[in-house]
Amino acid sequence: MATGRSLWKQMAAHKYLYLLALPLLAYYIVFDYIPLYGIILAFKEFNFAKGIWGSEWVGLANFREIFGLQDFWVAFRNTLIISLGRLVFEFPVPIAVALLINEVRRTRLKQFYQVVYTFPHFLSWVIVSGIMVNFLGAFGVLNQLLVLVGLEKVNLLVDPEYFRGLIYGSSLWKDMGWGTIIYLAAIAGINPALYEAASIDGANRFQQMLHITWPSLKSTVVILLILQIGRTMSSGGGGFDQIFNLYNAAVYEKADILDTYIYRRTFAVGSSYGTSTAVGLFKSVINFVLLYAANKAAKRLGQDGLY
Amino acid sequence: MKYRTWGDYAINSFLMLLAVITVLPFYNVFITSFADPAAVVKQQFYLLPTSFSLVSYKLLLSGSYVGKALANSVIVTVAGTLVNMLVTACGAYALSKKTMPGRGAIMAGIVFTMLFGGGLIPYYLTIKSLHLINSYSAMILPVAVNTFFLLILINHFRSIPPELEESAKMDGANDIFILFRIVLPISKPTLAAITLFYAVSRWNEWYLAMLFVNDPKMHPMQLFLRNMLQDVTKMRRDDMGSAMLAELSQTYPDGLKMASVIITMVPIMLVYPFLQKYFAAGVTLGAVKE
Repeated sequence: MATGRSLWKQMAAHKYLYLLALPLLAYYIVFDYIPLYGIILAFKEFNFAKGIWGSEWVGLANFREIFGLQDFWVAFRNTLIISLGRLVFEFPVPIAVALLINEVRRTRLKQFYQVVYTFPHFLSWVIVSGIMVNFLGAFGVLNQLLVLVGLEKVNLLVDPEYFRGLIYGSSLWKDMGWGTIIYLAAIAGINPALYEAASIDGANRFQQMLHITWPSLKSTVVILLILQIGRTMSSGGGGFDQIFNLYNAAVYEKADILDTYIYRRTFAVGSSYGTSTAVGLFKSVINFVLLYAANKAAKRLGQDGLY
Repeated sequence: MKYRTWGDYAINSFLMLLAVITVLPFYNVFITSFADPAAVVKQQFYLLPTSFSLVSYKLLLSGSYVGKALANSVIVTVAGTLVNMLVTACGAYALSKKTMPGRGAIMAGIVFTMLFGGGLIPYYLTIKSLHLINSYSAMILPVAVNTFFLLILINHFRSIPPELEESAKMDGANDIFILFRIVLPISKPTLAAITLFYAVSRWNEWYLAMLFVNDPKMHPMQLFLRNMLQDVTKMRRDDMGSAMLAELSQTYPDGLKMASVIITMVPIMLVYPFLQKYFAAGVTLGAVKE
């Protein structure tokens, strides 16, 4: 039995394991749990001299303040719209591309596609924004092509109307290939005997895709979907990095998400730490609730879920 | 079964088109960076290069600023990856032992951090209160562990047959000895994969530098690039190699910007062939059979 003494003995027997785990534990305590404690700032008026604990409690005043700001609601709305757009425009693409790559019969060609598609994933959004500016800017290739075929030039980077399209497009360019890998790995795990049996039964390629490949992918799709929904309030995959590096004052009304809004409020505008923390907490709580709900829904629908 | 149908041609044409779309922006960056400013002013050259010049690179690299930024990136990448691997490997080994009391609670605590965080302000205040502002540590320690890579490594260590370690234990070896002398040497491929992935994310670091490092002399290449992309003309004269560079930044900013993009990208291109080998391991947590 785990009486106090025998537990102590057990722990002593593993003292080297604790020693090895110490830096790791210190990392999580310092950089994840201490900031978690800082959340109480959302309910305080932060005062540098007094520190987090010493600052004055203000109840829900910070929340009342941000809920009264128009900028906040613009960012909130943009966050929801961009996240929803990602689910509609971005999420299905790697699945479709993986299914297509799987249909390519020459192994070398298959590898070639994967090598090419995956490369941009390893570049930072800083680099990608440079590439996008060069390609889509006023004198970029896109505009030269448009002029060539007799159309009007567009400046995607400063036009609020096109900016969300640019966000989805650049995410797809950067991460579509990376997204396919997990699906291709799942496809590779399918028993080839299933395909043989199906083709003997007279199933064509499309039918095989529909009745063998797709059902085997479904659980992977559901898990990734749950994770994506859990990131709604951070506007999904690229989130802050992407938008922060691509946007500019001309497109704030369409592009500003809660993450970029918090950043600007705090470091550019210099607003109170309390209200910015309140926005952050608001964001995290909604993410958490969405993740929980999505997981529950998946389970109710007979899928595996995340936990 | 191996004959080609129209379906094969359609699929391949589409995938090839995607490949061209993926590559074209890179091609464009290359020719912009290697173009002669004079030729650019005269004609549009983007699709087919008409000139070749190294002037953008020469001017960029002649300045002390880029050299410093590159050196900072190397420091952060090398030291950061070392810290990453040491903390992750030691921690993962300990947490891979089911007999360790409290292991379940620790794991739950770690996974929780993937779902819920304090947010930007508490994070900023924490780092500030640790006096990490304006230090290389500020770009290294806050990202000392990637939870995802940690879980991969725990899974990997768990797959090692326990017999390997048991005999060493009989001979009186402790866990630290076993980890460094037995477990790590036989885990080289997995460790290599994770090292590469860590190294890439350390090289791509700009966010922590932007938040916590005010001194431009300590900025890594990514942040230098970001500042340059935002506004070349804002780069101060003494940051640049020469007065001529400052002048060029007024008349032909694109060449300089794209040369910086290329310079920042080169290390990734060099390690990419190696990274590729480990794609599947990087995303599937080893759960899917090949």
